[in-house]
Amino acid sequence: MNHPVTNASTTMADATGQRLLQTPSQTVGPYFAYGLTPTQYGYDFKSLFTPVLTQAHAEGEHIRITGRVFDGAGQVVSDAIVEITQPDAHGQYLQSVEDAAAKGFVGFGRCGTGTFAGNHFVFDTVKPGALSADQAPFIDVCVTMRGLLVHTFTRIYFSDEAAANAADVVLGSVPVERRATLVAKREMSNAGTVYHFDICMQGSDKGPETVFFDL
Amino acid sequence: MKAMNIPATDSALGATLSPRDWACHPAHIDPRYKSTVLRGPQQALVPMKHALAQRNAPVYSAVQLGALDNDLTLNAVMNGAPLGERIIVTGRVLDEDGRPVRNTLVEIWQANAAGRYVHKLDQHDAPLDPNFLGAGRCITDDQGRYTFKTIKPGAYPWGNHPNAWRPNHIHLSLFGDYLASRLVTQMYFPGDPLLLLDPMYMGAPAHLRETMVSQFSLDVTQPDYALGYVFDIVLRGAKATRFE
Repeated sequence: MNHPVTNASTTMADATGQRLLQTPSQTVGPYFAYGLTPTQYGYDFKSLFTPVLTQAHAEGEHIRITGRVFDGAGQVVSDAIVEITQPDAHGQYLQSVEDAAAKGFVGFGRCGTGTFAGNHFVFDTVKPGALSADQAPFIDVCVTMRGLLVHTFTRIYFSDEAAANAADVVLGSVPVERRATLVAKREMSNAGTVYHFDICMQGSDKGPETVFFDL
Repeated sequence: MKAMNIPATDSALGATLSPRDWACHPAHIDPRYKSTVLRGPQQALVPMKHALAQRNAPVYSAVQLGALDNDLTLNAVMNGAPLGERIIVTGRVLDEDGRPVRNTLVEIWQANAAGRYVHKLDQHDAPLDPNFLGAGRCITDDQGRYTFKTIKPGAYPWGNHPNAWRPNHIHLSLFGDYLASRLVTQMYFPGDPLLLLDPMYMGAPAHLRETMVSQFSLDVTQPDYALGYVFDIVLRGAKATRFE
């Protein structure tokens, strides 16, 4: 039998032997920028996490991932916050800040959609390696915003990994007609390799609803 | 510096994360909160096997924090103290078995005493405070405890419905040990008459709403300095399969 936490009680579960209930999620609201992404938005407070995951010496293919978030009316969302988590180019997750410093790669990025042109999110990172032979390379994505009472998780797969994508167990669990919403499109530009990945909170003229996962 | 992403519970437990308990959370779409209607997913979430969801939270370290990051009464001072009522907010971050979640980042942001956010898009006609930013962060200790000093945030109007006002609240963002233990929530204050009128607060399941309300504590209150409020937070944790 679960029970809610009562604040100011510090012995809750120990005393009762019951499991505690998860604190409810609430929306991040419209004004997270100076708390969660202050440097990106020009506030005088240093961001712990930024849209740039790499230093120049990070191993692997340096890539840019960019896209927009759309609501159910097809309007671009200018106050979303997008977070990405990924392993390095060898498929290894970071173990420590020393590990991150040595590799020139932080494994986690955070970007609001309120500062880049067209309300894009823009991440500079390396293309992740696959975690194992039966998984395609991917990046975990957490997206939330005003109007979302619970954050959502999705994944970025890569359009140039068609064979690996076809064999991936998580992509395979997604209805086939929805899988394309999880695949970022690779393009070469003067600036290097860019992957495009839009997130549709609901279906609209901008595309079908992105697949969101229950992790 | 110690790695911050190694779950403290892993050594003693089979590390299988307990599922998100959807009975504890608001629905993605709640028409009382109008912005959810076009922004919440309409299709069912696709389940992911937990072994595949079992990613660690990002790595970070206490050395990356500034000395005043958890003291919002001092961390943006330009020419004096911020206006308003000083408060102390403290509590523990726990998993569902009551184990402390150690070394985890707690990020907060809030309005000032007049109910105005520093955010450039907040146009509420209330004064900014040149000595108050309203952002802070800290990392939990071995008991899972965090502590902030700040100014009690004011209520403010919003456009959701006629004469809509948000109750006093502080926003919080936490990672816990895992990617999937992420929580973004809000802490409210006891006795606020706006709570029962607030679609966000009321959007949470009825039996859990009060867990989002901090409690006044005379023990935490510091004489001649500030009132104290306690706010404990429960994150998803490892399933209880003890190997010890």
